[in-house]
Amino acid sequence: MRHGKYPFVIGFLVVPVLLYAVFVISPYVQAFYYAFTDWHGIAAHPKLVGFANFTKLFHDSVFWKAAEHNIMLLLALPLITIAIALFLAFMLNVGGGSRGGTRSGVWGSKFYRVVFFLPQVLSLAIIAVLFQEILRPDNSGAINSIVHALGFSNIGFLTNPTLSMWTIIGVLVWQAVGFYVVLFSAGMSSIPGDIYEAAEMDGASRIVLFFRVTLPLLFDTIQVAWVYLGIAAFDAFALVNILTVDNGGPDGATTVLANEIYRDAFVYSRFGYASAMGVVLFFLTLTFAVLTLRLSRRESIEY
Amino acid sequence: MSLSPENPGTAQIAKPDLNRRTVLKRASALGLLAVPAVGLLEACATSGGSTPSDQSTGGAKSSDNPLGVDPAAGVEVVIFAGGYGDAYATKYHVPLYQKAFPKAKVTESSTQDIQGTLQPRFSGGNPPDVVDNSGTKFMDFGALIQDNQLQDLTDLLNAPSVDDASKTVKDTLVDGTVEVGTYSGKPYVMNYVFTVYGIWYNAKLFQTKGWTVPTTWADFKTLLDKIHAAGITPYGYAGANASYYQYYVLMTSAAKIGGADILKNIDNLEDGAWMDPAVKQSAAAWAEIGAKYSDKAFLGLKHTDVQLKQDQDQVAFYPSGNWLENEQKDSTPPTFNYAMMPVPSVTTSDKLDASSVMAVAGEPFIVAAKGKNPKGGMEYLRRMLSKEGAKDFTTATGSLTSVAHASDGMSLSPGLTSSSDALSKAKSAFYFRFDGWYKDLDTECRAATNELFYQGGTADHFCQRMQAKADAIKKDKSITKFTR
Repeated sequence: MRHGKYPFVIGFLVVPVLLYAVFVISPYVQAFYYAFTDWHGIAAHPKLVGFANFTKLFHDSVFWKAAEHNIMLLLALPLITIAIALFLAFMLNVGGGSRGGTRSGVWGSKFYRVVFFLPQVLSLAIIAVLFQEILRPDNSGAINSIVHALGFSNIGFLTNPTLSMWTIIGVLVWQAVGFYVVLFSAGMSSIPGDIYEAAEMDGASRIVLFFRVTLPLLFDTIQVAWVYLGIAAFDAFALVNILTVDNGGPDGATTVLANEIYRDAFVYSRFGYASAMGVVLFFLTLTFAVLTLRLSRRESIEY
Repeated sequence: MSLSPENPGTAQIAKPDLNRRTVLKRASALGLLAVPAVGLLEACATSGGSTPSDQSTGGAKSSDNPLGVDPAAGVEVVIFAGGYGDAYATKYHVPLYQKAFPKAKVTESSTQDIQGTLQPRFSGGNPPDVVDNSGTKFMDFGALIQDNQLQDLTDLLNAPSVDDASKTVKDTLVDGTVEVGTYSGKPYVMNYVFTVYGIWYNAKLFQTKGWTVPTTWADFKTLLDKIHAAGITPYGYAGANASYYQYYVLMTSAAKIGGADILKNIDNLEDGAWMDPAVKQSAAAWAEIGAKYSDKAFLGLKHTDVQLKQDQDQVAFYPSGNWLENEQKDSTPPTFNYAMMPVPSVTTSDKLDASSVMAVAGEPFIVAAKGKNPKGGMEYLRRMLSKEGAKDFTTATGSLTSVAHASDGMSLSPGLTSSSDALSKAKSAFYFRFDGWYKDLDTECRAATNELFYQGGTADHFCQRMQAKADAIKKDKSITKFTR
């Protein structure tokens, strides 16, 4: 058997690796090259311009505004999503108290689990279109029709610049929470029941159980969630592009880096400049992931 | 492009970028590999030659074939399937060419994403011969011209027209058509559809209510008050994706107040062009309409939403080009007849008459210089620009072409009649081009217009931010400049 192993393994790998190299790695590498050109998307031989795109980027107020929104997402999205997901997962798995020695969730937890996960099944583009109708600023919007019927003035979820970014965060959290509920549930179910039992015997309340037992034992899973959500915060493209007023408006109030990359490349035909922005985003995302993994490294608890 | 109608019902959905997560895992390794590999991959997305080896050399010239097309050479046509569809090409224009050159094979295809479909073919040296370079995702004209991709259409314009050999093609076009297709002194683009811009209303509703079309600003505001009292939103446009419809009327008012040169100065990025008192006056007048006579919720609506509201008589006035009636034909009830009025005069001392309108040839057709059959491409345009071709287009799309008097004697729909009447009565017609020349300025003007109209902005701020953007574009050496 041993001597046929390598051709066998290579036979399996060669096609996916080739596809990956051609359609994922090579465009990435090319983006690095285009970042140093003035390519408009048509010319066969674009001119090399050195670091001009990057210096221009540094003075571009739209770029900084978009970066600011990405950082806002980076802070808010993981924090809110993980907090809600942890709470829900705890209630679904542990919060119901113990019955016959095994911990269980609150009544109806199986049903809730499906409900929470449902948004994850839909693609972001579909969610954006749905929320367009839910958040419509006139009386035919799903929320505003109620607001209007109650006698209040309509809420401009997407048209009020101070509110619009929070609306985006809200939709992103709504979409993401279900997945992390499932992720944390899996983590919680692998925590041995006797630890809870022992803690309960010592008189720990549910809140103490959560903070002293669940949270520390779930730390690795939370760390993974944080990295995933952080990366998602650097994206948010589909939602911003489809849902918001004027693609990232009103007046740039919701724009993010990925949206500006798209606009520069496909509206302004400045592929070189867009590539430069892509390169910056690439390093931002990379730095974030490395930093998170480094800073949050700690002894994992064996059980 | 701003000169053509938004696609009904199609949101500008872009594919989400889903791969970053998977890439991350390999990213650190890739980062190290990237730089040395760059040189090797230099020509990947931009591969392809610059001189086509198999270009048709043409055939003998004759009175039926003044451009000297090879009668057997095929022609490939790509149409933007937006508000006008592509039936005008498949049903009428392709057969016209086919009839003249039975041996030639004409292939037509259509797309809603011209750039995504065709840009790789242009950069790969294999472009189609004729392209209707329109829609939101059109290819940048400056970039195409910079790379010598466009056929100079001078030969076409100087060729005798199909209907009358004593007239050149140029002679048969509406005034200004050649000019709007001219870049850096050369006619590269043939704009085929003639669009008139104004403010649209329901003629039947106005008749039953006894409302008359205003020509002065005072009358306009009195009428808006009356409409408001009748429980109808007097005026509105869609801020979410069609705010440029509103800046078209804003620019119209500016031109009427201060003369058409105001727009020329703006196009040419003259210093202080946006700070002109006429622009400021126009912005102030429209800011007041927005604050008093509109609904702020429209900022978050798409053009289809607001247009539907108008069809239901929930909105009285809506700014648009004359494609509107055709675009809305499926949702217009029998109690609704589209009619267009010119933008009323803002002051009593306006330089241009109240009848003046903004009118411009749009729907840009180009011929690829590096295609297989550029002569055939020009001949296709020549056939399109015949009286027959133009009439067929009007029949198929309900829109006027830039061929002069082509629709004479045809029975037109009420809205089209109203807008072509407005054009023929207009003492002057004008246009601007900055939105197509400098997309940044278009983006800025959309946001600034929304701010001015729906978010309580001021005229001073509007002018300042537009001027700042125009100055920044003027200073930016990487942006190709145009003048007229």
